[in-house]
Amino acid sequence: MTINQLQDEIISEFSLLDGDMEMTVFYIMELGQNLAPMKEETKTEDNIVKGCQSKVWLTADLTGNAIHFHADSNTAITKGLVSLLVRIFNGQSPEAILNADLYFMQKIGMERFIGTQRSNGFAAMIRQMKLYALAYKTKMAVE
Amino acid sequence: MSLTATLDIAKIREQFPVLNQQVNGHDLVYFDNAATSQKPRVVINALTGYYEGYNANIHRGIHTLAERATRAYEDTRLALKEFINAASTEEIIFTRGVTESINLVAQSYGRTFLGKGDEIIVSGLEHHSNIVPWQLTCGATGAQLKVIPVLESGELDIDAFKRLLSSKTKLVAVNHASNSLGIINPIQEIIALAHGAGAVVLIDGAQAGAHLAIDVQALDCDFYCLSSHKMYGPTGTGILYGKKQLLEAMPPYHGGGEMIKEVTFEKTTYNDLPYKFEAGTPNIADVVAYKYAVDFINGLGRETIASHEHELLTYATQRISALKGVKIYGTGPAKVSVVSFTVNGIHPFDIGQMLDARGIAVRTGHHCTQPLMDRFQIEGTVRASFAVYNTKKEIDQLIEGLERIINFMK
Repeated sequence: MTINQLQDEIISEFSLLDGDMEMTVFYIMELGQNLAPMKEETKTEDNIVKGCQSKVWLTADLTGNAIHFHADSNTAITKGLVSLLVRIFNGQSPEAILNADLYFMQKIGMERFIGTQRSNGFAAMIRQMKLYALAYKTKMAVE
Repeated sequence: MSLTATLDIAKIREQFPVLNQQVNGHDLVYFDNAATSQKPRVVINALTGYYEGYNANIHRGIHTLAERATRAYEDTRLALKEFINAASTEEIIFTRGVTESINLVAQSYGRTFLGKGDEIIVSGLEHHSNIVPWQLTCGATGAQLKVIPVLESGELDIDAFKRLLSSKTKLVAVNHASNSLGIINPIQEIIALAHGAGAVVLIDGAQAGAHLAIDVQALDCDFYCLSSHKMYGPTGTGILYGKKQLLEAMPPYHGGGEMIKEVTFEKTTYNDLPYKFEAGTPNIADVVAYKYAVDFINGLGRETIASHEHELLTYATQRISALKGVKIYGTGPAKVSVVSFTVNGIHPFDIGQMLDARGIAVRTGHHCTQPLMDRFQIEGTVRASFAVYNTKKEIDQLIEGLERIINFMK
């Protein structure tokens, strides 16, 4: 599936919650519980994307033309949002990730997490994922 | 039977337009008053009234509007002088708030009168604004920073403070009440002990203005800082109180218009107090409106407000303590209306988000007191802080929200 197809799928799933913010927050936290945990030894200072209150760890690797992300967070809601990003970006090409326009956040009522809040590492994480994509794209072009 | 009048909270709430709204489909419950308080209609009207009626630059103009604006600005200074029982309006300096007040003293007093080998004592409860300016002073002068330890209850270890004091101590800076934990510090005792050692004392009163009686002459503190926006007034203003003889001895903080007597390129002489420390066109509108916040508090009566807030604090503490897996930080007997807590297994950030989904505004995290969080070995807390317009019903809503969160996360 393409990134946008995955985003639309997510928007459709969340539409069942009818914009109820409490249900949305609870649902996101549940999603986070299903995120494959990162090995403790990979949660290093190098891999951390820091927000003021919420930390995110992120690593990436390339197989062929597909990037796979591994991510974790110390707060349940960020973990849930992280799981959605992993779902959207996993297995996609560096090109697709770089060009991705993330509109699902706004559609599910979570745009505050990519806004100006310094407390959340989530916005920085999206940038970091795109940086990985750029790095891999450059690496592939050089090889 | 209580000797203080009872408050009609519903009527008080009507005076705060911002409270009349829904957030995420729920009535707003505003429990972040330690961060900033909401403003009554009289304060809001004073702001617009100023700009609509008599906005003019102050102190220099001779025309009618300038006269009215100057009068209103100086009326606020007088109101604050009386609010804290200062000896003279010369001792009331308008600043941008407590952070600037402390920086003013740290620079103007600190860099002039402190040197290598001198010591500054702060406490482990302090907000970053009452730590970092002193660190800057130490860096510039070679003085050393010492810290009063915090007990498990959140109270300061006064015995340890006595041992820290010495002839090297030149300045002690502590808060009147802790923004993170709500603990009210025994500042009268601290001031007396510090003076005994020959040190001056600065009190950070950011969390006191809205809640406590303040008498700077009785306290005999050397400096006292107040924040307007934390006591029902507008943002962007506050005061530094300083004893006249200290302020006279201190060099100017900012240079520019208003704070001068005569200017030539060869030499400039400075204005008298308090203007020596008020350079440039001030934040006139917000200072003018600040007086209405002071009047609002005086109108209700500080004791009456404190009594209501104490009821809220007691009720909230009781109900929050009863929840499973909850730990309250700040258990000392003397507190302003702040409850800071953690819930086992749930990050404060998640609690804050879930409460916000139900229209409840609390603060989560380290509350700009990272050293204090380190002392308790926690990342942060959830902080509910109450003002005069909060109700027990709102506390019930907070508890209901917390119960839902705790049950969901099981």
